[in-house]
Amino acid sequence: MLESLVHVSLTGISAGMFIWLVASGLTLIFGVLRVLNFAHGSFYMLGAYLCYTCLRYMGVDFWLGVIIGPLIVCVVGYAMERYLLRQVYDLELPYQLLLTFAMVLIFDELVKMIWGAGSIGSPTVPGLSGSIQIAGRNFPVYNIFIMVVGPLVAIGLWAFLEKSWWGRLIRAAAADREMAAAIGVRVPALYTAVFVFGAWLSAVGGALAVPYVGLLTTGMGEAVIINAFVVVVIGGLGSLQGAFLGALFIGLLNSFGTRYIPALDMFLTFILMGVVLLWRPQGFFAGVDR
Amino acid sequence: MSRYSKYVIAAAVLAILLGIGLFSSRFILYLTMRVMILSIFAMGYNILFGRTGLLSFGHAAFFATGAYGAALWSMHVSSSHPLLGILTGIVAAAFLALIIGFFCVRHTEIYFSMLTLAFGMMVFSLMWNLRDITGGDDGLSGIVRGSISLGFFKIPIMKDSQFYFLVLFFFALSSLIIYRIYQSPFGLVLAGIRENHIRTEFAGLGVRRYRLAAFVVSGAFAGLAGALSLLLQSNVTPFSAHWSHSADPVLVSLMGGLQTFSGPFVGSILFVVLREFIERFTHNWMLWFGLILLGIILGFRGGIVGSTSQFLKRFSR
Repeated sequence: MLESLVHVSLTGISAGMFIWLVASGLTLIFGVLRVLNFAHGSFYMLGAYLCYTCLRYMGVDFWLGVIIGPLIVCVVGYAMERYLLRQVYDLELPYQLLLTFAMVLIFDELVKMIWGAGSIGSPTVPGLSGSIQIAGRNFPVYNIFIMVVGPLVAIGLWAFLEKSWWGRLIRAAAADREMAAAIGVRVPALYTAVFVFGAWLSAVGGALAVPYVGLLTTGMGEAVIINAFVVVVIGGLGSLQGAFLGALFIGLLNSFGTRYIPALDMFLTFILMGVVLLWRPQGFFAGVDR
Repeated sequence: MSRYSKYVIAAAVLAILLGIGLFSSRFILYLTMRVMILSIFAMGYNILFGRTGLLSFGHAAFFATGAYGAALWSMHVSSSHPLLGILTGIVAAAFLALIIGFFCVRHTEIYFSMLTLAFGMMVFSLMWNLRDITGGDDGLSGIVRGSISLGFFKIPIMKDSQFYFLVLFFFALSSLIIYRIYQSPFGLVLAGIRENHIRTEFAGLGVRRYRLAAFVVSGAFAGLAGALSLLLQSNVTPFSAHWSHSADPVLVSLMGGLQTFSGPFVGSILFVVLREFIERFTHNWMLWFGLILLGIILGFRGGIVGSTSQFLKRFSR
């Protein structure tokens, strides 16, 4: 009983870390640009497929793939913000949401055309491929690595936003766009930078997920974006700390849910999202920052 | 456009649809029925989106509820009264919309959209998980179209060429009702809410109640479309409740023209025909829809009907 509790918790936490990597970019972009990006899951998917391609066809190391893949996604993110999203900031909300939704359709189909509609089996990582015994059960080393990476990213992001010059500019633009522009911040360039950075975070999540998920599918972006939406909502739209706690919570809820009450699999997640939106629309974990 | 020419256009459309029903091949019949069902869905949806200004990502749930409602009626109660099955679907969808809408209309803008997404996906996951009732991921299939019995005589709707006229009847009825809604004080209040909800509130109107009413009415039409679609396809799967299916009516309304009455119908024709056409050449029709959607948002926001009527206005001056 205890072993399985420990095991389910560990699985939940490592799954939550991937959701966190996607949700962090999503919430950062929303906090600054005020756009909820449906296509954020597509960056995750693109990151995974590009990393896989580097491994498989260019014969590079996995770690090099984790660097190259997301960099290519940065270029895609740059083009999307600079040439498409920028046109609709002044329009009503539905147009912004639908533009990013159109991008989901386009990215999904492009991936299908390039890599085929079927799933692709993914490789193991040298050095992190085995498993160790925790509480009497085998647990993959790679998942423990992910459980270290997630909090490190969180601390890094926090330090970047709170302590660095760039972080201060981003927070200024998020708090008051016009005031920031008045004191000389180049807000459009900053928007682009934040969007590209968010896309990069999500793509890194996708690249790191390659050995974890075992199978790459074109539906993986959609699966993760729904969870990331829930996380961002319960964490409070725009709140990074909230998103981290939310991702942990959703990861655990999913893994305990599938283990103990499989009949209510996704239902729990969405009922949580609904309740938080109604009861505390500013987010369950909001008030921690900003 | 003058009142007179509106009637002429409506009569011409009706005549064409009747003509298609009497003389065309099965394939054209099938496509036209899909156009009409989609446009019932989209016209109803547009009461909420184009008229009231609320973007819902949960309307696929009402569509699916209509379909499951009609399917369960035909499987467990009676397969010989399809009209009652359709009514069951509509009532079930409207009732669900009342419950969900009661919570959702507390918010607007992005929070409203997120709430409808959450509730819609709850319905999706229930349909997916409650295998005993809904058949799980297989859905419900093999639904037969029994004859409509009216006292002494029966109207068979088994064949596509017969069922077509039932769909046409509901399409015409829905169009008429929605047209009346747009002309009514109720419809005008909805437009007022879209333009300025604070002023509408100050005029002494309960904005939240009106929003809820719009939500329920559009949910009921989604249910009708779902029930008709079930009878056309003879099956239903939980994917019809997935949030991405809620994008169909949005796409259709945008293509046709958001704040117009005939926009959703024109958009539906385009949607079904284009999809059929693109699928002949490539499997990746979603790519093309993404590109079309992108084009509309970036440069063509009035849609077909909006842009055409603007052009006509300029032309007639």
